[in-house]
Amino acid sequence: MPAQLAEIVNDFQSMEESERLELLLDFSRSLPPLPERLAGHPELLEQVVECQSPLFLTIEVGQAPERAVQLYFSAPPEAPTTRGFASVLHEGLNGLPAEQILAVPDDVTDQLGLTRAISPLRMRGMAAMLGRVKRKIREATAA
Amino acid sequence: MPAPAEQNEKFSAYAQPARLVSTDWLAANLGSGSVVVLESDEDILLYETGHIPGARKIDWHTDLNDPVSRDYIDGEQFAAVAGSRGIGRDTTVVIYGDKSNWWAAYALWVFTLFGHDDVRLLDGGRDKWIAEGRELTTDKPEVTAVDYPVVERDDAPIRAYIGDVLNHFGNPLIDVRSPEEYSGERTTMPAYPEEGTLRGGHIPSAVSVPWGRAAAEDGTFRTREELEKIYRDEAGLAEGDNVVAYCRIGERSSHTWFVLKYLLGFENVRNYDGSWTEWGNAVRVPIVKGSEPGAAPQPRRGRHGA
Repeated sequence: MPAQLAEIVNDFQSMEESERLELLLDFSRSLPPLPERLAGHPELLEQVVECQSPLFLTIEVGQAPERAVQLYFSAPPEAPTTRGFASVLHEGLNGLPAEQILAVPDDVTDQLGLTRAISPLRMRGMAAMLGRVKRKIREATAA
Repeated sequence: MPAPAEQNEKFSAYAQPARLVSTDWLAANLGSGSVVVLESDEDILLYETGHIPGARKIDWHTDLNDPVSRDYIDGEQFAAVAGSRGIGRDTTVVIYGDKSNWWAAYALWVFTLFGHDDVRLLDGGRDKWIAEGRELTTDKPEVTAVDYPVVERDDAPIRAYIGDVLNHFGNPLIDVRSPEEYSGERTTMPAYPEEGTLRGGHIPSAVSVPWGRAAAEDGTFRTREELEKIYRDEAGLAEGDNVVAYCRIGERSSHTWFVLKYLLGFENVRNYDGSWTEWGNAVRVPIVKGSEPGAAPQPRRGRHGA
């Protein structure tokens, strides 16, 4: 697991459940807005339909050999949980080489210790975000 | 002592006007000792971003569902949930939430399983309160816990199990999901996580009335006249009907249940909370695909389900 993501996972795991929710709320506030070139163009983003609230994402993969990946997420302010998950993935993975993101374990979302408080259904949305990020990276790097 | 019911022209047309309060009424009654306000949202963190002053949070999943079996909490747990929020047996409870009160209606339905008498919805919910520029706070409310009696849950009048639905054929069923879910069009795509239901379609003879049709653009309930058109004229419900509503897990259909029971006055309405996540996975139950309701099979008498 990449160090910047592992650190976030550790932060969550070292807390009580109620504090974990507070931390997720902090993350939801720090999700960066879309850059202007994407903000007015919903057609450039993909909706994660598994999320209960609308979440859109896209990626950009840089030049080989590193192929650094930029992640872009968009979710409305009235969906703080969804924003929080997106923000965790953003802070944990943005700018990393494609290969490292593809190697992130699919069950990393379960390691945040939120499943009981958040419900499996809600957690599935976050797993789906990671799944779609990986699929888009595979598509972009296969060409 | 319950708070007096609100009097206004829109509400007075409904079968049970006292089941709703307006944002004006709530703003005027916020300090009242006999009213407890609960926020029930889809998003578990939404309350923390700002809520109606004094409102307490209730979460459908962590507070109202049993953590192990697919069921609701029992009487003892409910007494703890209600009491910890300062709710006594005769407290007026006003529930509001996001998404046109979808989750608020679900919480209200669970309160009704325990026979809590005076539980109301805020017409228009969270969005209307915010749209009107009314006060929100992130302050945690100071709550004095009270004793709530242990009351046994009484499911039969308002909750249908899968066996009840199999026995119900020949009576009206309302499917409140989206048209794509109703027809069974929605499929799982490669590399996308499983939706959790093996088969698509709807329960034979169920009429499609997506839940959101009962709400106006501002999230308030449509007027009695508009609702009559939708549910009686279009969906064909008639006086005295015995109705079952369902969706995916019983949340959206709680909203429709509220409309049929309290706004239109159908006495015999049940919410099938197992809904499509149970029916679409169950063995040997009939399913219809496409946009037509299909014929009702013979009711299956006997013991089915819990």
